[in-house]
Amino acid sequence: MHKILTGNQAAAWGAMCAQAQVVSAYPITPQTTIIEELADLVDKGMLKAEFIKVESEHSAMAGCIGAQAAGARTFTATSAQGLALMHELLHWAALGRLPIVMADVNRAMAPGWSIWTDQNDSLAQRDTGWLQFYCESNQEVLDTTIQAYRIAEQVDLPVMLILDAFLLSHTSEAVDVPGQEATARYLPPYKPSIYLNTKEPHAFGGIVPQDIYMEFRYKMQVAMDEALEICQKADEEYGAMFGRKYGLVDVYPNDDDDDDDDDKPKAQSQKPKAEFDVMLVTSGTVTSTARYAIDRMREQGLKVGLLKTRLLRPFPTQLLCEAVDGVPKLAVIDRNICVGMGGIWAQEIKAALYHQPYKQRPLVLEYIAGLGGRDITPEIVEQIALDAHKRDKAMDTPKWVGLKE
Amino acid sequence: MLELRFHSRGGQGGVIAGKLLAVAVFKEGRFVQSFPTFGVERRAAPVKAFVRIDDNPIRIRNQIYNPDHIIILDSSLILMEDVTQGLKSGGTILINTDKPPGAFPFADGFKVVTIDASAIAVKHGLGSVTQPIVNTAILGAVAKALRVVKIDSVVAAIEEEVPSKAAANAAAAREAFDTAGE
Repeated sequence: MHKILTGNQAAAWGAMCAQAQVVSAYPITPQTTIIEELADLVDKGMLKAEFIKVESEHSAMAGCIGAQAAGARTFTATSAQGLALMHELLHWAALGRLPIVMADVNRAMAPGWSIWTDQNDSLAQRDTGWLQFYCESNQEVLDTTIQAYRIAEQVDLPVMLILDAFLLSHTSEAVDVPGQEATARYLPPYKPSIYLNTKEPHAFGGIVPQDIYMEFRYKMQVAMDEALEICQKADEEYGAMFGRKYGLVDVYPNDDDDDDDDDKPKAQSQKPKAEFDVMLVTSGTVTSTARYAIDRMREQGLKVGLLKTRLLRPFPTQLLCEAVDGVPKLAVIDRNICVGMGGIWAQEIKAALYHQPYKQRPLVLEYIAGLGGRDITPEIVEQIALDAHKRDKAMDTPKWVGLKE
Repeated sequence: MLELRFHSRGGQGGVIAGKLLAVAVFKEGRFVQSFPTFGVERRAAPVKAFVRIDDNPIRIRNQIYNPDHIIILDSSLILMEDVTQGLKSGGTILINTDKPPGAFPFADGFKVVTIDASAIAVKHGLGSVTQPIVNTAILGAVAKALRVVKIDSVVAAIEEEVPSKAAANAAAAREAFDTAGE
């Protein structure tokens, strides 16, 4: 069933299709309409869930933790300062191995007070043990929400899916909604092996002495390593069932892009067959605008391509190395800034490329753009590609694009 | 690709008009994107809404700076802001007003079409004389004057999406379609 939905509605309808049993949430612009939509779906009986209104984001996550530990499938959503307030409990959810699913609407951190998009809120939660998916369209928001439950419940780790403020959250477009029945064929009911049960009382989260804490952490690392393959498989099977899949990284243009009527799944390695002088590296909605800009640039004879990074944790190191193999230059567009270091995706990508033999590593050029919701137009993308084209060595500090003099 | 910009005041339904138009266009098998001003909406404050329409998937996801046409739900906004900012030459300006197009001396190169959507809305019991809800009536005029969508698609979208007084809203859209200039 196709519907015209905003990105926020798509996240809510994804949780509805997945039959989340408990929603515990607190409103914050630009996330608010996610929980308004969920409240409406619960009210109409389209989602049979407990809707818990709480007094803060810290409590919202606490509500999810309690419900998930008791064996319920949970959902919540937040943005920016709300996500930051949750920080302590993000660790608690992940170290407690609770497969909670949350949508974060990327919003710039304050001050200066902003409600517009950038990625610093979610990227600051990189080390909490949550998987993180960055979405490009409203359809991808809905599909990723459903995939997130399947993945989370297989690896016993929480999953955050991330959508850009306004550019997705408040933008309406057509979304194919699979519905609860079809989704249930992809996503089996949540049946945790251990949960809080009054008939067989156990405690969670007790003190762990020095002789076993490391093993808890090691098991998380093993689960994250295994998660990569599980994420791939979840995407492949989703594609086989619903006709849409995204890969963990995506190369554009890719010779496979022409094979839309081919019912064989795309090669998972996404190896570029086109030759690129420069590959832009993007996440979120910048990817979508960059595809448009790349089509324009290629018409003028520029050999520019794109690598979309969909997954931040676990980081798809091997897939990334394969995707950029033979490409001389990467231009990473970061809609975020780690002050004192640079663009955060650029740092991740440089670390991953250390797995390449030295001489095969592409030059990594770092660009900062679109902070606090500043518009990233096709012209900005073209400016970055042309700048990267001219360079033959790394920059001392990232280049800020569209900055006022 | 066709890009439209709606000018209205918070509470008049300009954002809903954009979404209804998106539903109508999608019913015709075309691709569409609709979004409001990225900001804080307040009652009676100027609000803009935007719609992109194309025969191919729409990849561009930045703001609209050079619309092909503009639609003004509240003519008092013309005195307050530069409504034609960025409007492409040859673009149509569709205005909800009881005045004729000649009453609006915009620069050459734009076409002005007027429709008394407020009177049509009041006649169909949508809102009040002081606060008519004109978003469905204006869509009828959009179908006629801008020819970006069929009136039957607009009516189907209204019947599907409008939670109350759907029949009255659909009738308002049809009357506006029948009376608006081309």
